[in-house]
Amino acid sequence: MATAIQLSNVSKAYTRDRLTIPVLNTVNLSIEEGEFMALMGPSGSGKTTLLNLIAGIDRPTTGSVTVLGQDIAGLNETMLARWRANTVGFIFQFYNLIPVLSAFDNVELPLLLTKLSRAERRRQVETALSIVGLADRMDHTPNQLSGGQQQRVAIARAIATDPALIVADEPTGDLDKNSAQEIMTLLERLNQEFHKTIVMVTHDPTAAHHASVVRHLEKGDLLASEERHGNH
Amino acid sequence: MEIIKIIFKNLFRHPLRNTLTMLGIAIAVSAFGLLATVLTSWDAGMEAASVDRLITRQAISFIFPLPLSYRDKVAHTEGVQEICALNWFGGVYKDPKNFFPRMACEPETIFDVYPEYQITKNELETFKKERNACVVGESIAQQFGFKVGDVMQVEGDIFPGTWDFKICAIYKRRDKNTDGTQMFFNWQYLNERLLQESPDRANEIGWIVSKLKPGANAATVSEAIDSQFRNSPAETKSETERAFNQSFVSAYGAIFTAIRAMSYIIVIIILFVLGNTMIMSARERTREFAMLKTLGFSGMQLSWFIAGEAIVMSLLGSVVGTVLLFGMVYVVGELVPKQFFPIFFVAKSTIITAALSAIVVGLLASIQPIVRTRKMKIVDGLRFIG
Repeated sequence: MATAIQLSNVSKAYTRDRLTIPVLNTVNLSIEEGEFMALMGPSGSGKTTLLNLIAGIDRPTTGSVTVLGQDIAGLNETMLARWRANTVGFIFQFYNLIPVLSAFDNVELPLLLTKLSRAERRRQVETALSIVGLADRMDHTPNQLSGGQQQRVAIARAIATDPALIVADEPTGDLDKNSAQEIMTLLERLNQEFHKTIVMVTHDPTAAHHASVVRHLEKGDLLASEERHGNH
Repeated sequence: MEIIKIIFKNLFRHPLRNTLTMLGIAIAVSAFGLLATVLTSWDAGMEAASVDRLITRQAISFIFPLPLSYRDKVAHTEGVQEICALNWFGGVYKDPKNFFPRMACEPETIFDVYPEYQITKNELETFKKERNACVVGESIAQQFGFKVGDVMQVEGDIFPGTWDFKICAIYKRRDKNTDGTQMFFNWQYLNERLLQESPDRANEIGWIVSKLKPGANAATVSEAIDSQFRNSPAETKSETERAFNQSFVSAYGAIFTAIRAMSYIIVIIILFVLGNTMIMSARERTREFAMLKTLGFSGMQLSWFIAGEAIVMSLLGSVVGTVLLFGMVYVVGELVPKQFFPIFFVAKSTIITAALSAIVVGLLASIQPIVRTRKMKIVDGLRFIG
């Protein structure tokens, strides 16, 4: 399999009040196309920062990040925004749906940046909502949906543009056990059936168990050990 | 299209707050519009004043009369087509509060010189024939309930005694810029009585209105008139009607400046009200804007979301305010005697200014949230807890 994501000697440090706080220390990571990787580690270990670097919403202090053949550290903000719109689907812990928009409108948001016609957008939104099992809830606003359903709408939004890469930051962190199970099953399906490369940050070992590979971070260091789950 | 849909949906995110903001804008716009209407009403009086009519009066002051003999001399001046001599009569109709201009005039020419006051041929004939006939404007007729045939009894002050005037016509205004509050009666009626009761005051006129021939130069004709009476006991000053009216209005310049300043202050208040709402609204949505940036929305697109919302809110407030303004202008027009604001209506320019102000205020109010949103790093925005 080809390499989807390659991080070489990536370090990240934040400066707060003239203090430099290192978050990631010389991380080297390779993720294959079609892989479902879970990043685990205690709070403050740098998981979300690593995820943000892969997703192109933050820049490394040093090192290079290559995603699907594109060195994203070299892109300016406009190019990076376009790249994200075309390449990455995002799933957040708190769903980040727009409360005044229906499920349909929320899923349609990333498609507004494409050149698709209204009919084509409608078709893609309906397909995405069908995949997550919410075809009958298109007109519902987020406050008319449960937490699990809201996260499924967020997943539909993430796959609406059919991106090659999906990044998920604690996708089950705000859900009950059953809803979390549904979400992980859905992500697993996206990985296996639709061949999406998925990088997920989680605290939850049960959620991590759905990933094909689990990597651990500790105090900004990516540990060498990795768990591979045989069912993938 | 979708962006507009999202902008409108966002307006219902905080219905109470946004409704209150819009109402605040509406009230401010109506107050702004009312002040602007007062100003434009004054200006409309100026605009209505003709530039092809000259007013010739005593050079020392308007209150001193001119000899009747001046009338024919002015009439024969090169460039003058028609003239009408007038006298300010004053007087009290029932109560001193019932003020409206009452003037003695020459029935033969008054409606040629002032074609904007319109009466029928028959009415004009009656006005010419009947000594105590008078013509009143439709606004005054409406205010006091005058009908043709009514007798209006006026107690004279400048010209003492009781004066009966029979209303023979109610003149119509040619357009809404025309003053409908005047009352004209026959100068002969005044003069004949003065000849009997105060002969020393007879055969005098207050001022002469000259209608210029087409193409005549107002300045040249003014000079030609005034030069005839130079070094006489009653020198004259001739000027266009507009300049004459402006000399009255200029006395109120400070008041107009204050009204104008007040209207600008109101616009600034709108800006603060809307700015406050937009800042709060954008701050609450920091995570949402970060999410949109994450999805690939550019800073420019987010700027349109914010500015569009502010402009729509401001314009909606402005529309409601304009509707309120029409109501307020109607009420003020009914309550305030017509003679204070003979011409009082919402000008197109007021509506356009209100709409443009709403757009500008919307843009200005969204500057801070736009700058903040554009500067915001996605990672900081996603972590934001409002």
